[in-house]
Amino acid sequence: MSAISFPEPAVAIEPAEHAQPRPRRWYRQPALASGAILLGIIVAAAIAAPLLTPYNPIKQNLNDSLLFPSAHHLLGTDQLGRDTFTRLLYGLRTDLRIAFIAVLAPFCIGVTLGSVAGYFGGWVDVVLMRLVDIVVAFPFYVLIIALVFVLGPGQRSIYIAITLVGWVSYARIIRGEILVAKRQEYVLAARSAGLSAVRIMARHLLPNVITQAIIYAMSDIVQDILAIVTLGYFGLGVPPPTADLGSMINDGQNFLPTSHWQLTTFPGLAVVVVGLSLSLIGDGLADLIRPGQS
Amino acid sequence: MLDVRDLHVRIAARHGIVRAVDGVSLQVAAGEALGLVGESGSGKSMTLRAILGVLPHEAKVTAGQIMLDGVDLVPLSNSDLNRIRGPKMSMIFQEPMSALNPVMRVGHQIAEGPIVHLGYNRARAAERALELMRRVGIPDPEQRFRAFPHEFSGGMRQRVMIAIALSCDPEIILCDEPTTALDVTIQDQILRLLAKLCAESGVSLIFVTHDLPVVAQICQRVAVMYGGQLAETGEVREVLLDPRHPYTLGLVRSAPDVEYVRHSLVPIPGSPPSLVAPPSGCRFHPRCKFAEEDCRVQPTPLRELPGGRATACLHYERCEEAVAADRIGP
Amino acid sequence: MTFVAQRLLMLVPVAIGVTIVVFFLIHLIPGDPARTILGIHATPQRIALLRKQWGLNRPLVSQYLLFMDRLAHGNLGQSLFYGTPARPLIIGRLPPTLWLIVYAAVLAIAISVPLATIAATRKDALRDHVVRVVPMLGLGMPPFWVGILLIYALALRVHAFPVSGYGTGFFGHLRSMFLPALTVAIALSPVVIRALRASMLNVLGAEYITTARSKGVPARRLFLRHVLRNAVIPAVTVLGINIGYLIGGTVIIENIFAIPGIGQLMINSIFRRDFPVVQGVTLVFGVLVVVVNLLADLSYAALDPRVRFDR
Repeated sequence: MSAISFPEPAVAIEPAEHAQPRPRRWYRQPALASGAILLGIIVAAAIAAPLLTPYNPIKQNLNDSLLFPSAHHLLGTDQLGRDTFTRLLYGLRTDLRIAFIAVLAPFCIGVTLGSVAGYFGGWVDVVLMRLVDIVVAFPFYVLIIALVFVLGPGQRSIYIAITLVGWVSYARIIRGEILVAKRQEYVLAARSAGLSAVRIMARHLLPNVITQAIIYAMSDIVQDILAIVTLGYFGLGVPPPTADLGSMINDGQNFLPTSHWQLTTFPGLAVVVVGLSLSLIGDGLADLIRPGQS
Repeated sequence: MLDVRDLHVRIAARHGIVRAVDGVSLQVAAGEALGLVGESGSGKSMTLRAILGVLPHEAKVTAGQIMLDGVDLVPLSNSDLNRIRGPKMSMIFQEPMSALNPVMRVGHQIAEGPIVHLGYNRARAAERALELMRRVGIPDPEQRFRAFPHEFSGGMRQRVMIAIALSCDPEIILCDEPTTALDVTIQDQILRLLAKLCAESGVSLIFVTHDLPVVAQICQRVAVMYGGQLAETGEVREVLLDPRHPYTLGLVRSAPDVEYVRHSLVPIPGSPPSLVAPPSGCRFHPRCKFAEEDCRVQPTPLRELPGGRATACLHYERCEEAVAADRIGP
Repeated sequence: MTFVAQRLLMLVPVAIGVTIVVFFLIHLIPGDPARTILGIHATPQRIALLRKQWGLNRPLVSQYLLFMDRLAHGNLGQSLFYGTPARPLIIGRLPPTLWLIVYAAVLAIAISVPLATIAATRKDALRDHVVRVVPMLGLGMPPFWVGILLIYALALRVHAFPVSGYGTGFFGHLRSMFLPALTVAIALSPVVIRALRASMLNVLGAEYITTARSKGVPARRLFLRHVLRNAVIPAVTVLGINIGYLIGGTVIIENIFAIPGIGQLMINSIFRRDFPVVQGVTLVFGVLVVVVNLLADLSYAALDPRVRFDR
C-alpha cells in the first residue's frame, strides 16, 4: 500500500511549445500489433488447413482410435480415429467463418437503426429503445437456444438467431455516439448547407462514430464464437460429423481424467487464444483512438 | 520556519524531461504571507506540490532541500509525510468542485483531518468541523454539515476547503490559485477571509497566483517565477511599484493597477519558454527588450539587493529607469 | 421516489412486448406437445383429445388473450408435462438459480476488486499489463468448458467440492454451488475488472484525491474511503448490465452442474415442448433481468449523491 503511483493531475502541465507528440502508428501499439499478428497466424492456419495436414477431419478410422501424440499425429487421435490437430484446424475454420460472417448483419442493422434513432429522435427513438429493452429483457443464451431450437440446428439458424439478438448493442452504441455528435458544429454546418439527413448521417456523422462500433465488434465476434461453440457443445450447432470446436469438447470430455485430456482441453484453448487475439486488437484500437483511456 | 533551498523538480514527459522547477529557494517566516507569482507553466504550482510532497508520479524532486522547522522533507517517506500534512502544512486548491470528494459529506471531509491526526472521535471531530465552518463563514453549519459538495456554490466550496486546511491547526497553508476560478466579488470575500484567518491565528501562507492585485491584497512578500526559476523577490509594494526584473515589469505593465493609471496596458510579447530545452543564460532574454549579450550567455541566479530584495536580472537598473518614465499619475 | 416510479412505468410497454414475443415464439417451436408426451402411446385420437383438452386448437390470438388474462391473475398456466400448475413449479426451482446469481456476483467482486486495484495503483507497470491480459483470456473462455475443467480439477481429482447438485442446508449450498458460481464469476470478471480499473485510474487522477493526500490521509484510508468509494460507482452499472447477460448463462451452467434451478427447467421444458412452463420461465427470466437492472440503478443512486438530486 505504501506506494500508489498517482497519475498526472487533471490540471494539465503546460507542454513545451515545440513538443510534437510522435504520430501514433498502428503497428507501434503493442496490443494492436500482437493481437493482429496472433489473429493473422490463426486465420492463416485455418484457411490453409488442407495444406497443413494430410488428414481428413471427418473420415473415421477406427483402427487408429485414441492414439497418443506422435510425429504422425501432433495431438493424437480421437475415439473415432480422426486426427485431433486436423479437426482442430478445420473446427477453427468452421467456427471462425461462421462467427465473422455472423457479426456482419447485426453490425449493419444495429448501426443503421441506431443512427436513425439517434439522429431523428422523437417517437422513432422511443419505439426503437423500447424494442431494444424487449430484446434485452431476454437473456442472450435463452433466446439463442430457443431460436435455434425453433429454426432447427445448423448454420442458417445460428446466423438468424445471432442477427435477431445481436443488433441491439450496436444500435445502443451508435445511438449514444450520434446523440453527442449531432450537436457538433460540423453537423450544424452541413444542415445549414441544405444537405439531406441521409447524406449527413452517412457522410458526416457515421465515419466519426463508427470506430466505437468496430471496437465493440471485436468483442462481439468473441461472444459469437462462444455462442457457436456452446451450441455445438449441446448439439445444437453445426451438425456432426463436421469438425466443430464445441462438439469436440463434448466428445472429449469423458476422456478428461485419462491421458487423452487434450481432446477436450485443446479446442477450448484454441477458443481462448482466438479470444485473446481479438481482445488485443479491440484494446489496441481503443488505445489508438483515445490514448490512455482503455 | 519554512526554508526551501535550491529546489529542482523534473517531470518525465513524452517529449523529454521537463525542468519544471530549476533551482528555487524561498523562505517563509511564521505568520507571513508569501506570494508566488508567474504565468502558467512557470513552475509555481509544482513548487507548492513539491513542498507538500503531492507531486504526480511522473514528477520528482531531483535536488534541493525543503526544511520545515529544521527537518528536511525531501527524503521522507510518504507515511512520514502524512504526519506532517494536516497538522503542520496543508493546501488549498484552485477548483473546489473537483477538489472535494463528491460522495463524501462536507462535514465529514472537514472532520477527517482531526480524526486521522488529532485522534478525535467522531463526535468531537464533528464539533470541531462545525466550529471551523462557522469560522470560515458558512451559514447554517448544522444543516450544511451533512450536505454534499455539489450542493454548494463555488465560493462556499472554497470556504469548505479553507476549513479543511485549517482543521488541524497547521503552521503554514499552501494556496494554489484558490481564487482564480471564482467570481470577482467572491474572490474578494475569500481573500479577506484568508487575510483575517492569517492575522488571527498566525498561520503562514504561500499564495500562488498569476493575478497581481490579489498578491497585493494579501501578501507581505512576493517571489516572481519565470520558466521554472526565480526572477525577483522582495516586499510586495516594492516589487510591484518598483520592479527590478524586466519580467516583473512586463507583468505589472500588462495588468490594470489599482495604485495609478498608466499609458496603456502592454502585453509581454512572445510566449513562455520550453521547460525541456530552456533558453540559455537568462530564460527571459528572448522576450526582454533590455536584453544584452551577457544575458544570453551568463547564468542568472538570484542576487541580493539592499533592503531585503533580490533579483536575477543582470541589468536591473533599466527597470528603474523604465518605471520612472512610466508614471503619470500620483 | 419518482425516480423508481418513473423506471417502473417505462417497464409496462416492455413487459407487454415481452409477453407477446414469448407467447408467439413458443408456439413456433416445431413439434406437438401432445405427441411428445404421449410418446409411444400416441394415436391420432388421443393426440386430438389431448390437444382439445389443453386448448391447443384454438386460434393463437385467443390463446394469447387467455394467457394474458390468466397472467393478470397470477396464473402461469398448467405444465403440460407434469400436469401441475406452472407457477409453484417455477417458484420452487427459483432458489438455486438465485443462489447461483448472487454467489457468482459476490465471487466476481472478490476477484475483480483486488485485481483492478493491483493494476490501477501502478499504471503501466508490469503488474498492470499482466492484469490487463487476464480479462482478455477470461473473455475467450467458454463457460461450459471452464465448468468441465473445474469439475475435473476440483471435484474429481481433488474431492474439494461435489461434482454436481445443489446440496442441503446453507453450508451445503455454499459448498455445492461454489464451482458453478466460480464458473459464472470467471465469465463475469473480465468486464468488471476492466471497468473497475478504468474507473480507478480516473479517480486516482482526480483533484480530490490530491486534496485527501494533502490532508495527510494515510494510504489505506485514502484507498478505501476516497478511491474505492468513488471508483465502484460506474463499475456497479457495468456489473448490473452484465449480470443480466449471465442470468441467461445460468441455463448452460445449471445444465453442466445438474443444478435444479429454472435454467435447467427451461431447457428441459423446451425439449419437452411444455409451452406454459417455457412461457412462465421466460417471463421470470425477464423479470429477473429487470429487477437486477433496477437494483443496479438504485445502487448507483445510493452510491452517487449527485444523481439523486438531479431528478
